[in-house]
Parts: sequence; structure tokens; C-alpha cells
Amino acid sequence: MAKITLENIRHSYMPEPKKNEDYALQQIDAEWSDGSAYALLGPSGCGKTTLLNIISGLLTPSEGRVLFDESDVTDTPTTERQIAQVFQFPVVYDTMTVFDNLAFPLRNRGIAEDKVKTRVNEVAKMLDLENSLNKRAAGLTADGKQKISLGRGLVREDVNVIMFDEPLTVIDPHLKWLLRSKLKELHQQLGRTMIYVTHDQTEALTFADHVVVMYDGTVVQVGTPIELFEHPAHTFVGHFIGSPGMNILPCEMSDGAAHFAGNQVQTACTNLPSNGSDNIEVGVRPEFVEFDDEGLPVEIIKVDDLGRHQIVLARHDSNLIKMIVAEDAQIPSENPCISFSPAQTRLYKDSWVID
Amino acid sequence: MSKTTNQKAWIFVIPVVVLVAFNALIPLMTVVNYSVQETFGNNVFFWEGVKWFEEVLNSSRFHASFLRQLAFTGTILLIEIPLGIAVALSMPKKGPWVSVCLVMMALPLLIPWNVVGAMWNIFALPDIGLLGRMINGLGINYNFTQQPAAAWITTIVMDVWHWTSLVVLLSYAGLCAIPDAYYQAAKIDGASAWAVFWRIQLPKMKRVLTIAILLRFMDSFMIYTEPFVLTGGGPGNTTTFLSIDLVKIALGQFDLGPAAAMSLIYFFVVLLLCWVFYTLMMRDEEQ
Amino acid sequence: MPNYMNFKKWLLPTIYILFLMLPIYWLLNMSFKTTNEILGTFSLYPQNFTWANYEKIFTDPTWYNGYLNSITYVVMNTVISLLVALPAAYAFSRYRFLGDKHLFFWLLTNRMAPPAVFALPFFQLYSAVELFDTHIAVALAHCLFNIPLAVWILEGFMSGVPKELDETAFLDGYSFPRFFVRIFIPTIVAGIGVAAFFTFMYSWVELLLAKTLTSVAAKPIAATMTRTASTAGYELGLLAAAGTLTIVPGAFVIYFVRNYIAKGFAMGRV
Repeated sequence: MAKITLENIRHSYMPEPKKNEDYALQQIDAEWSDGSAYALLGPSGCGKTTLLNIISGLLTPSEGRVLFDESDVTDTPTTERQIAQVFQFPVVYDTMTVFDNLAFPLRNRGIAEDKVKTRVNEVAKMLDLENSLNKRAAGLTADGKQKISLGRGLVREDVNVIMFDEPLTVIDPHLKWLLRSKLKELHQQLGRTMIYVTHDQTEALTFADHVVVMYDGTVVQVGTPIELFEHPAHTFVGHFIGSPGMNILPCEMSDGAAHFAGNQVQTACTNLPSNGSDNIEVGVRPEFVEFDDEGLPVEIIKVDDLGRHQIVLARHDSNLIKMIVAEDAQIPSENPCISFSPAQTRLYKDSWVID
Repeated sequence: MSKTTNQKAWIFVIPVVVLVAFNALIPLMTVVNYSVQETFGNNVFFWEGVKWFEEVLNSSRFHASFLRQLAFTGTILLIEIPLGIAVALSMPKKGPWVSVCLVMMALPLLIPWNVVGAMWNIFALPDIGLLGRMINGLGINYNFTQQPAAAWITTIVMDVWHWTSLVVLLSYAGLCAIPDAYYQAAKIDGASAWAVFWRIQLPKMKRVLTIAILLRFMDSFMIYTEPFVLTGGGPGNTTTFLSIDLVKIALGQFDLGPAAAMSLIYFFVVLLLCWVFYTLMMRDEEQ
Repeated sequence: MPNYMNFKKWLLPTIYILFLMLPIYWLLNMSFKTTNEILGTFSLYPQNFTWANYEKIFTDPTWYNGYLNSITYVVMNTVISLLVALPAAYAFSRYRFLGDKHLFFWLLTNRMAPPAVFALPFFQLYSAVELFDTHIAVALAHCLFNIPLAVWILEGFMSGVPKELDETAFLDGYSFPRFFVRIFIPTIVAGIGVAAFFTFMYSWVELLLAKTLTSVAAKPIAATMTRTASTAGYELGLLAAAGTLTIVPGAFVIYFVRNYIAKGFAMGRV
């Protein structure tokens, strides 16, 4: 097991990067301690796969260092880093049996055959693959093959960290849940550090102890799923997490208070920015927007009944505001007005939260 | 991959069947017709049954060209397939040289076959050809118009020059189709370069290699123009391969009957060998 | 990677390409000489450099029409072959149906007989449907061997694309045509590039049927070249120049599809 440290990592795919935009990873400093389950969450193109490949050694960063425990492994090749990786689509050696697939990493490292046998059987049991050991790997279904990919990582005892690059992409939806639970179970059983890259917040929030949210090449927030939900540090986090995401509305500072659409807004912010500041936004989750007769008048455009709750799409001038109300709540038909719950309303400057 | 059974898939296939069958069936029937009849001219035909087939199959001339053909095809397959794969493996996958390589390798394939024969003819002549002069300049007595061995070697080298690029292009495309993740996983698993070739690259190239081998087999088994223009089948009949002999019979002696019969025998031989090979290559696909 | 390893890898393709270029250089050399010089002397470069061969080709209609005719029917054939082969290859790759394995193999059998004896029946067939001496006749006739080739190549590449991709797309609500064009085809561009090039190539160099089915209006370049070899005696210089020029259209094709061939299979990032 190891602690992974990323120091001043910047990476560009271009030979001579000049501006910030040329970098796929802008600046990453992170320390990930052992044994935890991490999720790297972010939209396509935010740099999460780049980061993953830098950790696994498949990519050497343009700048910065990677440390496993305290040793610098930036230039160490992948084979020597003792990591395992599961890819987006199943990678198996078609011509070999399931047994040989699982044994492959061990045999390549010269491990004795009887040890190989024991180990492979152990791992096959963990993954429910015991009955397929003698079948040709090519004949398994997608989730079976992903299990083999995972198995090849688990079978080596010296693995520091297992990395998953959107591994459930090609799995049937009803099997995704099973495989995800299996991964969580394995993590709790084995206690190895696991890093799971995904753009699906459900996967990230259910799997990880800590979620690393990435956007446009930087880490915008690291925290537990609850922290991310209740205290988004960046408008992107607010917007990306939660279904539907946070409402981000334009805001002006005047008379020492925040104003949205001419109305004063109470927020949880203690260090208010000065009057006339630019790029201020107010963020509030749909869960914390309520009907309030003394609030801001809005026009209701659409109501979606999702069973457990209803999602109301309201509009004030050109701003769309989403609300979540209880399933049996009454939607006022005349002059609906809303207000934001102050404790859960935050101010953001240049997309970063002001506390 | 697991295929689903669906008879409606025939709709996708019908245009192909129509276009190919239109060209295949009627001419084939005509040839079959000729092969079982005798004509003395004036469009008068007599039924002869299997006479032509027996005649051809028992002729020592046929046996001789057949054996020559087998030797030729066997040799070029043994050279072109490994060479083609090796070149494809060593070609770059990215960068400016890819275009250069692909275009230059494709050039021999594009030259009409009679020009290929003609240019190698001059190229290999001992007095006015570059190759001929070079070899004789090294002290080796080389004259492909008179020496059977030289004629064989020249024909084989010409074929390797002409067609190896087909194997290269197919193999290269097959290689490029292998996703990076396989190579990455192999690195993580600590696989040796040989293991990568044997367990990842070669299996993933199986289908394109099958096509390449079948194509080379069929085309070389039917080869006509290039060796005919190069050596005329000589010296004597040492490089008279099966097709050359067939054309001599068909057009030279205008014996349609034996020619048609020979064509059909030819066809069945190629068919049988291809079918055997194809079945072997694909036997582990359906489970 | 240490430098010496790169060098060893480069050695083979370099030697191979040099091997390929030597006779082509010789061909080019001959194209700038007169036939007399070719047969009379040995020289690495033309002693009496002449453009005459190329001039003849560019000015004599029989010659340049030959090129235009060839390009016309070859392009027609390539387009037709690819268009019908794509759905068929998809069917072979994804579905089981009655007679599928036999049908697949039957396609290839159409390349297994030497064409010589079939020339006359082909002539009779296309005359009967009144398509003699047209471009479409040759384009259709070449379908005999090119469609099977296209189907086989495309099927080979399609089988490398997991069926899960199709299923995911259908679950996401794609209609079949939209899936095929927007998702499937981009993953098999390498196969399409290869199939396009080989279809072009085999049709381009095919001599016998092209000659048999045409006389004047659609006469291909290959036929004009054989005429050079027989009637006017062996006009080697002219033949060499014509041969060099025949390389050009094909070179364009491979250049055009080079990126598709090298692109390979990129499982679309969802």
C-alpha cells in the first residue's frame, strides 16, 4: 500500500505549450492516503484520464513529480510501479482461458506455479469466476471480461493502487449496479487504495469515500459526497452534483448586500464582497428553494412529477430557476413566489465560493 | 461475439447477392456448358460428358503445370506473408512518415500487370537492365531468358515486389485497429514483446490475415499476365504456370471444351484449398 | 526509448521501400527515353532526355481518354461496391441467418476461377442487356470480384467492434440509420479505407473484362497499353510513360484514405 503524492503536476499534450489553454492539466497538487476509495469525477475532457495515466505511469507529466510513499516514481515505468488498471472496455487475452488470463501477470514476474494456482483460485472466488476458469476468455460477457480485467489487478499482491477508467461504460445497465456493489465490497474486504474515474455522479458518490471533482484541468474540490453536496466550493461542483444541479443566478452587490433581480438575498456568506464587484453569482440547490408568499414572483413553466418528488421549472425575467418540492405539495396557481433558504444559499465570485 | 438469429438480415444482403450473382451465374453456366460438349466449329455441339475432364486430369502436361503452380504459390506465400507482417509491425503508427510509407508501399500494386511484367523484363535483362547488370557485375552469371533457375527466381522476386504490399497494408490496418488499452494492459501485466505479438497482435489480426492469405493464394494460383510478359512461360516451359497453360490451350488451340473443363477443375482445386484453410482459421469463432 | 532501438525498427521499412522504389525508378527512367535508347544502351539516366512519350499521352485522345474512361468506371465500381457491401457486412457480422456461412464463402468463390474462359460469356451477357461499350458495364462486371472483397474486408473490421456498442446506442434511443452513420461508421473507418483502396486497385488493373466489354466509347487505359505492346511493336518508352501515369490516380486514393487506415479503432469516449 502506498501514499500517493502529486507535486506541481502540469501536463500538456503539445510539444511547446504557451498558454494555459494548451495544458490538459493546469496544476495539480494532491496527497492521497492509503486504503481509501477515491473517485475522480468530471465531464469529458476535464483531464481525469490524463491524471489517471500519469499516476499509472502510462504518461509522463510535462512538469511536476509523482511520489509513491516518499520515493519519486515520475520516471519509473508502469511495470515497476505496482499498479493495476481496469479500462473503459474489457481487455482480455482472447486466446487464453480465464485461468491463464488471471495467471498471466504472475507468470510474467516469475512466480512459482503452485503459488500462481492458489492465488488465481482465491481471486476467482472473490469475483465469482470459479466456474469459468477453464473457459476461453473470449467467450465471456462484457461484465465477465471486466471482472477478468479486475482480477488481473487483484491477483498481484504487491499492487499499490487499483485504477478504474470508467469501467462500467459497456456493461448492461442492470448489471452495472451488481458490479459496482462488488467493487465496493472488494474495497472493504481488501483495503487497497482505489481510484475510480467517472463522469457519472451516481457511480462516484456511491463508490467513493472521497470525491475529487475536476473541471477543465484543475481539481476544484475534494471532499466526501456530503461535503460536495452541502458545501460546493465551485459553481461547477454545485451544478454537476445533484439532480438537477444547483441554480446559479447572476447577482449584484449594492448597499452592502447581495441582490438578485433587484431583490435582496440573504446568504450564508460572512465576508460579503464590496459593492459593485464583478462576476458575482448566487447559488442555491433546488432542494432549498421554497414557495413563499413574500418572496420573488415567478412564472411557472413546467412541473415534472417524478413520483417521490416534483421538479418545478420557474422563471423570473430571463432566469430559469429549478425547485424540488414534495410529491404532495401544492403548487400555487396564482402569483407564485419563491424564496431561498438563507443557510443554504451561497455567493460565488469568479465561480469560487465566498465563505 | 454472440450473434443474434434474425432472418430479416437477408434484406441487407440482397443487393450484394443480386449484383454478384448476375455476373456469376450466367457465365458460369455457359462455361459448364462448354466443358461437357465438343465442337468442330459452325456452332454445332456434341455432348461429350466427362471426356474433357478425364483428358485434362490424365494429361501429364496438366500435372506438370499444376506442380509448378503449387511450388510457385507455396514459395511466395512463405515469403510474402511473414515479410508483410514484419514490415507492418515495424511501420510507425503516427507522425508524418505514415503517409510517406503508405503511399510508397502502395505504388507497386497500382501498376497494370502487363507493365509490371514488361518493366521487370527490361529491368532484369543482363545487358540493358539495372538488375541484370548489377548481378552480372557481382560475378554471378545471370540470364533469366536462358536459365530456368534464374527465371524462377526473377519471377518470384517480381511477385514479392509486386504483391507484398497487399499483405503489409492489410496487416497494418489490422494492427492500427487494436486499441491502445491492450498495449497499456500488457505493460501493466509485465508482458514481454514476444507475448504482446503472440497474444495480442497476432490474434487481433487473424481476420485480416485470413483475407490476405486467401487473396494471395487465389491471385498467385491464377497468375497469368506478369510471368507471361516476363518470361513467356520459358525458358521452354519451366515457368509455365497453370493459367498460362490454360490460355495456351483455350486461345492457342481454340479447344473450348478442354479449356472449359480445365477452368472448372482449376476452380474446384482453388475452392477446396480455400475452404479447408478458411475452416481451419475460423473454427474457433463459433461457440 | 534509446536511440538504437528506434534505428533497428526503421531499418526494415526503409530497406523494403528502397527495394520497391528501385524498379519504379527504372520505369521512370525508361519513360524519358526513346524505345531505341532503352533497347540499345544501358544508362542510369536518359542520355537523350525526351518528353515525347508524355507528350503523346497528353495530346492523343485515344490515350488520355483511356485514363478518363478507366477512372470513370473504377470510381463507379468503388462507390457501388462499398455502398452495397457495408450493410451486407454488417449483417454477416452481427446476425445469424439461414445460409449465412455458405453465402459468405460463396462470395469469395467468385474470385477463384481464372477469367480467360469467361471472357466470351461475359461479352454475350452484357451485349444481351445492351450495355456493351459503356462505363457502367465494366463497373458492374467488376462487382463480381470486388463486392466479395469489400464484404470480406469490412466484415473483418466490423467484427472487431463489440456488439455492446450497438446495444448501448439503441438503448440511448438512436434509430438504426442514425446509429449506423454517426456511431458505427466512424469506428470502422480503417476498414472502409482499406476496402476502398483495394476495390479501386483491383478494378483499376483489371484488363480482360475491361477490354472485352468495351470497344471505343469506354475503352480503358489498360487496353490502350496492350495495343501499344502488340500492333505498333513494343513501344517501350510510351508504355513506360503510360505505366508511370497509371500510378498517379491510385496514389491519390491511398493518400486520401491514409488517415482512415492509420486511425484505427477509437472506442468513442462517452
